[in-house]
Amino acid sequence: MISRRDQVLGYVFLTIAAIAALAPFVGVVILALGEPGQIAPTLDISQATHFGNFGDVWNIASFGASMKASTIITVTIVVVSVVLSVPAGYALALAHFPGRSAIFLLFVFGLLIPLEAMIIPLYFDMRKFGLADNYWSVILPDIGFSVAFGAFWMRAFFMGVDRSLTEASRLDGANSWQTLTRILLPLARPQLLTLGVLFFVWNWNDFLLPLVMLAGSEIQTAPISLVYFQGQHTTDYTYLAAGALITIAPVVLIYILLQRSFTRGVLSGATKD
Amino acid sequence: MSTEAALANTPVGGGRPRTSPSSVAPGEPRKVGYVYVLPALVMYVLFVLAPFIHTIFLSFFSWDGIGPQEFVGLDNYKDIWKSPVFRSSFVHSIVLIIFYALIPLLLALLLVSIMNRSKIRGLTFYRTALFLPYIVAPTAVAVIWRWLLSPDGPINSGLTAIGLGALTRPWLGDFTFALPAVGMVGTWVMSGLVLVLLLAGVQKIPTSLYEAARIDGAGAWWEFWAVTLPGLRYEIAVVLVLTVTAALRNFDIIYVMTSGGPGTSTIVPSYLVYQQAFIVGSLGGAAAIGFVLAVMIALINYVIARIGGTSS
Repeated sequence: MISRRDQVLGYVFLTIAAIAALAPFVGVVILALGEPGQIAPTLDISQATHFGNFGDVWNIASFGASMKASTIITVTIVVVSVVLSVPAGYALALAHFPGRSAIFLLFVFGLLIPLEAMIIPLYFDMRKFGLADNYWSVILPDIGFSVAFGAFWMRAFFMGVDRSLTEASRLDGANSWQTLTRILLPLARPQLLTLGVLFFVWNWNDFLLPLVMLAGSEIQTAPISLVYFQGQHTTDYTYLAAGALITIAPVVLIYILLQRSFTRGVLSGATKD
Repeated sequence: MSTEAALANTPVGGGRPRTSPSSVAPGEPRKVGYVYVLPALVMYVLFVLAPFIHTIFLSFFSWDGIGPQEFVGLDNYKDIWKSPVFRSSFVHSIVLIIFYALIPLLLALLLVSIMNRSKIRGLTFYRTALFLPYIVAPTAVAVIWRWLLSPDGPINSGLTAIGLGALTRPWLGDFTFALPAVGMVGTWVMSGLVLVLLLAGVQKIPTSLYEAARIDGAGAWWEFWAVTLPGLRYEIAVVLVLTVTAALRNFDIIYVMTSGGPGTSTIVPSYLVYQQAFIVGSLGGAAAIGFVLAVMIALINYVIARIGGTSS
């Protein structure tokens, strides 16, 4: 039996934790709407009426261009990575060919390598092939990282599919491609959505790779615009707050809209059934 | 994110490689599998594996990015060991593990044991709120916390307001307190994630175990020690993998909040890789630091996986 006291205590602590997680965001929203240009802005909700701050920052930090670049880069990575991960996971789970286990382990190995241990050759080698300072210089490596996880993730799903399904499909005369696209993919929709959300969040937030690969170009992603803006307006906290909110807005929006599939994804991987 | 977790749930390669025809159902796809896996494999090999191997190769050379590469053997690795700055960056990483991994884990365990498996209404709301710090861009998190920790910022004014004005300081400009201050940001980012994962894990522990413990006369403390903690072993391993890896790889937050300063008091390996490679132009040395970081991450994850018993 769970006592009433414990129950209440649980809610109290959980609420404190939630407030601790949200309070900085609330503070930033109030700050972002305050009077710009103050050295030590005070948080006053009655003064939080300067909606024009967002427009100002949007123009000064050229967020228009960088949000567009971030969108192009992120959406391309998400779409291509999901499209490549599905057949890879399918083959690693359900096809029988020599070297399958080795290829799988190779992908798993990739999940452990930090970007810091790749960034130097990436920069110099891609430059050599004329792939630096453009969208591809970020998109191609990020697809490489993403498919390692995606193949792994989709394989785990396909391993769990009832074999009688694929067998029945085969007896109906379907080949492996038809079995994948007609029978398995409709079942995999929740996993695909989760994978897409994870790819979107990771790649939108990515900083080190675009910082290095786009250093010599005019192209900026949203996090880079934010950081450059901060470099020029170190203590203009009101504008900085507005810039931070612009940068995180797409991820927060997608997260809130699809939060069910996001948490399900994280939880299904991280807790044991 | 949940990669290591899923790994533990699925036997590698589905058991032994099934290449002998007798164990394969007659119509199951075989060599066509290469075609399916090839596009992903090519991207992975070209843009992850090859650069990684090239990094290891570069770490044995002295190179400024323009001139010729000169083979120097293990000199770059010896430099990591000899240079106080390089060495201290790894020490800072260990300190950050306390803030990113251990404190969130202890907080979450405390909370989970207090809540004592109570059914929570509105869990979706709590989850959404607690995950939020983890999903937004670390660069934005860093910008937000630079303000919170600024000399006239909310944290200092809060301390003054409750009569602790003596504790206020320019947190990020303080040689002693900059690292813990940056660490606290990690605690804020990670705690919600850890809590949500442990809460989900504790709901999966069979009630019968708790009933058995109670019949044996176990108190709250013993119940936690004998049932909850072992029951959460797997989830604890997963959150440690996530949080420790994040602690070792916190380039964004360091870059924005301190750039390794003041002095070198918050310098970490991932920032050093960037600085040595793209500002100083010491590419061999930077490659060596990057490789040591990769080895560290792999080793720590291996140890966590072994202790967590995810091989069961």
